Amino acid sequence: MSLPLAVSGDSWLHRMPAGRKLLALLVGEVIVAAAARSVAAATVAVVVAAALWSLARVPVRTAWRSLRLILLVATLVGAAQWWYAGGAPAFVVTSQLVVAVAIAVLVTLTTRTSDLLDALDRGLKPLRHLGVDPARVSLTLALAVTSVPVVGGLLGELRQAARARGIRPGPVVLGVPLVVRTLQHADQLGEALAARGVDD
Amino acid sequence: MCLPAPSSGTVLCDTDPGTFPPLEEAPVPQLQTDSRPATARRSTSADIALIAVFAALIAALGLAPPIYAFGNAVPITLQTLGVMLAGSILGAKRGTLAVLTFLALVAVGLPLLSGGRGGLGVFAGPSAGYLVGFVFGAYVTGLLTRRFGERDGATSSFLGTLAATVIGGVLVVYAFGVPVQAWRLGLPLPTVAVGAGLFVVGDLAKAVISTLITRGVRRAGVRLPD
Repeated sequence: MSLPLAVSGDSWLHRMPAGRKLLALLVGEVIVAAAARSVAAATVAVVVAAALWSLARVPVRTAWRSLRLILLVATLVGAAQWWYAGGAPAFVVTSQLVVAVAIAVLVTLTTRTSDLLDALDRGLKPLRHLGVDPARVSLTLALAVTSVPVVGGLLGELRQAARARGIRPGPVVLGVPLVVRTLQHADQLGEALAARGVDD
Repeated sequence: MCLPAPSSGTVLCDTDPGTFPPLEEAPVPQLQTDSRPATARRSTSADIALIAVFAALIAALGLAPPIYAFGNAVPITLQTLGVMLAGSILGAKRGTLAVLTFLALVAVGLPLLSGGRGGLGVFAGPSAGYLVGFVFGAYVTGLLTRRFGERDGATSSFLGTLAATVIGGVLVVYAFGVPVQAWRLGLPLPTVAVGAGLFVVGDLAKAVISTLITRGVRRAGVRLPD
């Protein structure tokens, strides 16, 4: 499993508290979707997004890797739009799309995963009245993170076992033992949690 | 040899030890009933473990190399297979929570979506609707599997589970995914729907695979807490 997507740095954006950054992102996304609907407004959105990116001083290589997919999609969509509707709508739609994704990617790149998890924990506190227990949510997330390599390992083992027997396993032949062993792992995990008093 | 006792009419046998305690004295076990309604039941440690481990399964299936179906013609990534299995095996509530857990990990920056994508950008991009569709898709799959896919709690109906998986894991996911995609790309809905239709074949294949796996897992005798 590759590392989290965030890159370290000490720019103004890196230092901004995660919760405030998420709120700002939400506001930004709404503004881009609702207001950047003319060529002039879309241009402003692109300039603001570019300015934010340059403030964060993200390495060019990382920036390209994070944005190349949306730039490819935007190019294709822009070409289709140009064909359908003309230059101005094509510019507005592609700018909206790229800016919406770019500012979200920027928050991910400048915020540590642990800070985002803390922000999530705080953000869930008001949902206590609806029966959401932030501590249990955090526990579930942590367990899920540690279980990814475990389940990945199970899948690898089953594939190797099949190869050792000279079988190229289909998805069902592989899937049934994978799910059964995943459920067995969950069973052990559940017992370990109960033994540590999670149910009390 | 047994004879009716002359006075009481009770059948007395030779082997009767004659010291049976009266039935009334036997302790009647009091069933512990939870006063909370079933829907508001708090997640137990077993539920938390199942939710976390299935979120990991969805991630692991997305990261695994694609599996080739139909004589190696179609490479299919298996992330949505994980979503379907979460619904059909864990049930509506836990399946939905497993998908939400998976999406939360993606949102906080782990590259767990197929192709190694992750972060908040995917929730602002053109395929964000499909991710939202995963949540409702797992819920509907779980709900309908319970209703149509299970007979007597033990045996299962293949067609019922398949129908539940196609409705929840394919139709519901596309019902969220296609309109959002059309909106984000500024393209007419029918155009996007035709484009998305190319992927329906792979997703229907995954629904069949998910149903067969679910049946296999049930036949293996796995019982989950309700």
